[in-house]
Amino acid sequence: MAVCVAVIAKENYPLYIRSIPTENELKFHYMVHTSLDVVDEKISAMGKALVDQRELYLGLLYPTEDYKVYGYVTNSKVKFVMVVDSSNTALRDNEIRSMFRKLHNSYTDVMCNPFYNPGDRIQSRAFDGMVTSMMIQVC
Amino acid sequence: MEGLTLSDAEQKYYSDLFSYCDIESTKKVSANGRVLELFRAAQLPNDVVLQIMELCGATRLGYFGRSQFYIALKLVAVAQSGFPLRVESINTVKDLPLPRFVASKNEQESRHPTSYSSDSENQGSYSGVIPPPPGRGQVKKGSTSHDTVQPRASVDQQEPVSPVVSPQQSPPASPHTWRKHNRHPSGGNSERPLAGPGPFWSPFGEAQSGSSAGDAVWSGHSPPPPQENWVSFADTPPTSTLLTMHPASVQDQTTVRTVASATTANEIRRQSSSYDDPWKITDEQRQYYVNQFKTIQPDLNGFIPGSAAKEFFTKSKLPILELSHIWELSDFDKDGALTLDEFCAAFHLVVARKNGYDLPEKLPESLMPKLIDLEDSADVGDQPGEVGYSGSPAEAPPSKSPSMPSLNQTWPELNQSSEQWETFSERSSSSQTLTQFDSNIAPADPDTAIVHPVPIRMTPSKIHMQEMELKRTGSDHTNPTSPLLVKTSDLSEENKINSSVKFASGNTVADGYSSSDSFTSDPEQIGNNVTRQRSHSGTSPENTAPPPPPPRPQPSHSRSSSLDMNRTFSVTTGQQQAGVVAQPPAVPPRPQPSQAPGPVVHRPVDADGLITHTSTSPQQIPEQPNFADFSQFEVFAASNVNEEQDDEAEKHPEVLPVEKSSDPASSRVAKTDSKIEEKTAASAPANVSKGTTPLAPPPKPVRRRLKSEDELRPEVDEHTQKTGVLAAVLASQPSIPRSVGKDKKAIQASIRRNKETNTVLARLNSELQQQLKDVLEERISLEVQLEQLRPFSHL
Repeated sequence: MAVCVAVIAKENYPLYIRSIPTENELKFHYMVHTSLDVVDEKISAMGKALVDQRELYLGLLYPTEDYKVYGYVTNSKVKFVMVVDSSNTALRDNEIRSMFRKLHNSYTDVMCNPFYNPGDRIQSRAFDGMVTSMMIQVC
Repeated sequence: MEGLTLSDAEQKYYSDLFSYCDIESTKKVSANGRVLELFRAAQLPNDVVLQIMELCGATRLGYFGRSQFYIALKLVAVAQSGFPLRVESINTVKDLPLPRFVASKNEQESRHPTSYSSDSENQGSYSGVIPPPPGRGQVKKGSTSHDTVQPRASVDQQEPVSPVVSPQQSPPASPHTWRKHNRHPSGGNSERPLAGPGPFWSPFGEAQSGSSAGDAVWSGHSPPPPQENWVSFADTPPTSTLLTMHPASVQDQTTVRTVASATTANEIRRQSSSYDDPWKITDEQRQYYVNQFKTIQPDLNGFIPGSAAKEFFTKSKLPILELSHIWELSDFDKDGALTLDEFCAAFHLVVARKNGYDLPEKLPESLMPKLIDLEDSADVGDQPGEVGYSGSPAEAPPSKSPSMPSLNQTWPELNQSSEQWETFSERSSSSQTLTQFDSNIAPADPDTAIVHPVPIRMTPSKIHMQEMELKRTGSDHTNPTSPLLVKTSDLSEENKINSSVKFASGNTVADGYSSSDSFTSDPEQIGNNVTRQRSHSGTSPENTAPPPPPPRPQPSHSRSSSLDMNRTFSVTTGQQQAGVVAQPPAVPPRPQPSQAPGPVVHRPVDADGLITHTSTSPQQIPEQPNFADFSQFEVFAASNVNEEQDDEAEKHPEVLPVEKSSDPASSRVAKTDSKIEEKTAASAPANVSKGTTPLAPPPKPVRRRLKSEDELRPEVDEHTQKTGVLAAVLASQPSIPRSVGKDKKAIQASIRRNKETNTVLARLNSELQQQLKDVLEERISLEVQLEQLRPFSHL
């Protein structure tokens, strides 16, 4: 159901970003970029608390009239940002959480690949496939 | 294209020709000079030549791989013999003369025999069919020899990472860049003067060996599913592709593999093997992989860490992206490390990729770790370590050749994909079978752990067993005498049942009754009962007379084994005992009412001892003969009687013994039987035949001590019914040993029976419990009334 999925590295540069409507990609990129601020805000809000206590799922970062942006942070400060269509009202929080979980699992699989250098763009086909499966429903 | 089957002579000839044409010793013959010359020398019309080229696939590849070359030669022979040119004709035309090439080629022919003699190895190796170039056609892999040829050819084709059959070049087109093989070219080039076959042959011989070596070397890295070169580890960079791919790795491998060199056979083997299924791993390949694995990780069961694997595979010079993808595919468990299977899969994929196969999106089945496991385990120990393929060149061919024919035969059936890797497919299928086997074994294991359910006996099983033994050994007839034995067993059974029932009843009683007595007494009673049962069972065998219903709960409880009953009976027993004693017998209609009262008398005495009074009561009634029945009955009675027994039991024994000696007993028994039957029929289920079911109803709250005789009588009747039922049950039980005649069967039968009675008794028990509750309530109400009245009485 996601319209756009992005994986942002710790240094706030994208490791992977993909959106469904291939036009207007820039718009989604921009949304993801701006959402990073919100993510950082939320992370710092947890603040002094140990990372463990912080929940990975950040929830709705901010809504726009057309879209809603959800965020998820891993313990290594890798952020997943997902943009979903606002009109998709059936999408519940649980589903978003499960989608992030899948993203996280696929990401760790990519990490496990010795041929993957952390910091490279993610080019794993398995990861792509997984993201596609998440996004395809939108269409 | 179907597989090409060449005779030995043809094999030799073709290989020689190939070597001749393979100017650069790259194992590929570009559609250039020599080849064209050769074809022209065949004196065939140009269009035929073109057609031949088409057929053999060279047009697709743009050059002649070994297989293509061989096919082309064969087609030339076909054409020259006047047969229509078709792919099928390659194999179908028998006894085709060798293709004739005018001029220089003739010399080649002449050389052929000489070379044959010289090339013993090759000979062996060439005996098979040429595996078709991957994607091209299929060449049966008949012999290892073809393999060597084939792999080379195919490898060459594959190499530049291009789609398997992509080259669209026409035959005359410029050849692909042949990678250079170190040795091969040297051997070939220097010696192969265009002019004469003579020199050609000799170099050819060398080339062969050289190439084989080269192949061996190569193979390390690219046992492409498709091919051939895979196997050759020889130093000769048989497959140019390989060379290009891993210069470094090749070096490493060459060292290992060089040994193989002599092994054209190896090459052949390998080459032939990889055709059928791109993703299947031949034994040789696997062996190679295993050896490679060992170089990194000596422990075959261990893991190769990701970093080491990364270095290793980076040597293959594949792009990182592809290596990453290969890793994703092969790291099955996603643990960042490669097990042997995963490593083999990864290696296989690397080889495939290097040979131009596109990587699959998903891991092919044949590369799945578990499958590989099976193959691997089979192969691992067998072959020499480092040498790997090379190690067993000598052995390989022999082993191969015998297998080849079989492969050939099976090949048509196994022909799966366009790639004909017969050996592979065959092997893979078997491996798949194996793997599936293994994978199935595990799940099956838990299933095999099914344990035959064994009834748990509350009472010591040994005793029961003893009794069972006794029963069995005892006479089969239901005579009074025999019943004794039977009865003992029955009693023991009853004991068990009773005990179990008692427990149940005790518990229920405890639950149901607020009175502390019942609570406290239950365990005791249970214990007592159990002990009684035990004792009873223990004694029973010894007693000739029907084991006197042991502790006939004091009679009050003749039948019921429930503690309550016993207890209550014991309380009331004093007086009632006699009556109770009499009663119980009534309840379970002794099968043989005619039993002497003596036993009955006994019983009351023994009442306590008996398993569950129930059993005793029935016994009391008559007899010894009923004893067995008793036990049966008691079993039921235990359930049934638990509740009711109290008074009824007491009464019954008393009554019964009193009443009858035989006739009355019989009558009562009959009555009880009937009643019991009714009840049981009402209540219960199945086992009816034994009358176990009827036990359910019987458990009328026997304890109506407070009640009038009338009540008792009905209870008695019920009891009698129950006893009848029980007796019936007991009666049935005795039959156990008789009927079976074998210990085991008897035991099983008795077990079944006991179970049945157990269930019935349990049911009865519950009903009795309910009745007991009701009765107690009544009692309480009565007492209350009494108290209410008392004050008045004072007045």
